[in-house]
Amino acid sequence: MTTASTQKTIKLIVQRQEGPDASSFNEEFEIPYRPNMNVISALMEIQRNPVNAKGNKTTPVCWESNCLEEVCGACSMVINGKPRQACTALIDKLEQPIRIAPMRTFPVVRDVVVDRSQMFESLKKVKAWIPIDGTYDLGPGPRMPEVKRQWAYDLSRCMTCGVCMEACPNVNPTSDFIGPFAISQVRLFNAHPTGEMNKHERIDALMEDGGIAGCGNSQNCVRSCPKEIPLTTSIAEMNKETSMSLFKKWFTN
Amino acid sequence: MSSTRSFVSRKIHSLLGVIPVGLFLLEHMITNYSATKGLEEFQKSVAFLNNLPFVLALEIFFIWLPILYHGIYGVYIAVQSKNNTTSYSYYRNFMFVLQRISGVVTLLFLGWHFYETRLQVALGNVTHEQLGLLMRDVFLNPVTYSLYMIGVISAVFHFCNGLWSFMVSWGIAVGPNAQRKVAYVSFALFLIISVIFILAMNAFTADSFIAKG
Repeated sequence: MTTASTQKTIKLIVQRQEGPDASSFNEEFEIPYRPNMNVISALMEIQRNPVNAKGNKTTPVCWESNCLEEVCGACSMVINGKPRQACTALIDKLEQPIRIAPMRTFPVVRDVVVDRSQMFESLKKVKAWIPIDGTYDLGPGPRMPEVKRQWAYDLSRCMTCGVCMEACPNVNPTSDFIGPFAISQVRLFNAHPTGEMNKHERIDALMEDGGIAGCGNSQNCVRSCPKEIPLTTSIAEMNKETSMSLFKKWFTN
Repeated sequence: MSSTRSFVSRKIHSLLGVIPVGLFLLEHMITNYSATKGLEEFQKSVAFLNNLPFVLALEIFFIWLPILYHGIYGVYIAVQSKNNTTSYSYYRNFMFVLQRISGVVTLLFLGWHFYETRLQVALGNVTHEQLGLLMRDVFLNPVTYSLYMIGVISAVFHFCNGLWSFMVSWGIAVGPNAQRKVAYVSFALFLIISVIFILAMNAFTADSFIAKG
């Protein structure tokens, strides 16, 4: 057994907040090192033994997580200044002390738990689904070309994690911009052969206040997306579609 | 009921930045460059423009109103962004911030430049023929020369980088490769147009500018 003085430790500085309206404060933790840890297992260690670096007993840090394999998006938080998933943030690859903070673009519920409901509201706004219900059996839908399926698959990997929202300079309380992910979802559902039948509804939604016009081309989203979704390509493609729709409305209606 | 007002306003803003405001910048560059051939040539260029038919209407509808709209709506866009280059030090993010800073600088510069030249002509304090010598005095003063240099470079940067955003915002440059190519062209234009403007500025201060011949 190693003694406490020689044992390798991990230093974490967590930006904490007791509730939605409480003020935030930093708390330092020093936890024992184990090989192959990620930020989640470090937070679990704090949960198991909620004692801060000063040796004082404290409340365990609250966080959200589900899949632990970077497909659900629940454990997004700001780690060393960049928003990312805590599950794939490996301790061995992080500079210490590891600074952990909530994604403040969203309302903070507690500690690093945030409320991302605005993203789901945005998905509803742009109708990011495919209507297939009818009063009778509508039969099979049209086939999707394989080449199209391949690039559409990339877009379908969006997990609504909120990282693009956190990185975007135009998603903030002074603007009503829905954010990069929702624009890319319009491209995804408009690419689907059945979804294409309601294409105009989603394009119209992007042209409403808070829609695609809120993009300022900083392109932080595409640099930050953990799923490497070509968000800026989607935005430019939707820029083309919305511009064409505007011309059609002005000159042919 | 939501509206498409902000979408339409933003599209008009984007369009006006290139047509006619951007085109006017290029026209202005060519007129200024005639100063390299001396005061008389510059005066001829100024006279040519001012002898255009409907010149006041052209100024109002193709220069002043578009600049006012682009400028005022642009400030509204600029104050809405939460700049974050410290956390995200990426090239395009720096361009995003610089586009907003250069826009505000250009708007202030244009206000001053308009006051010094066009407004003085309108008030009858300066004639079109005197503009060349007025600008020579402005450029002979190192302080105003430097301020003009900042203003001109801001305007040129804002136009060239804005051209890139224009290509993206209208869905002309879609994929990353196309956008990169447009970025190279935009940077090359920035260098070329800046050099031409600076050569034109320096031409006003040269001895040959006022030499008869």
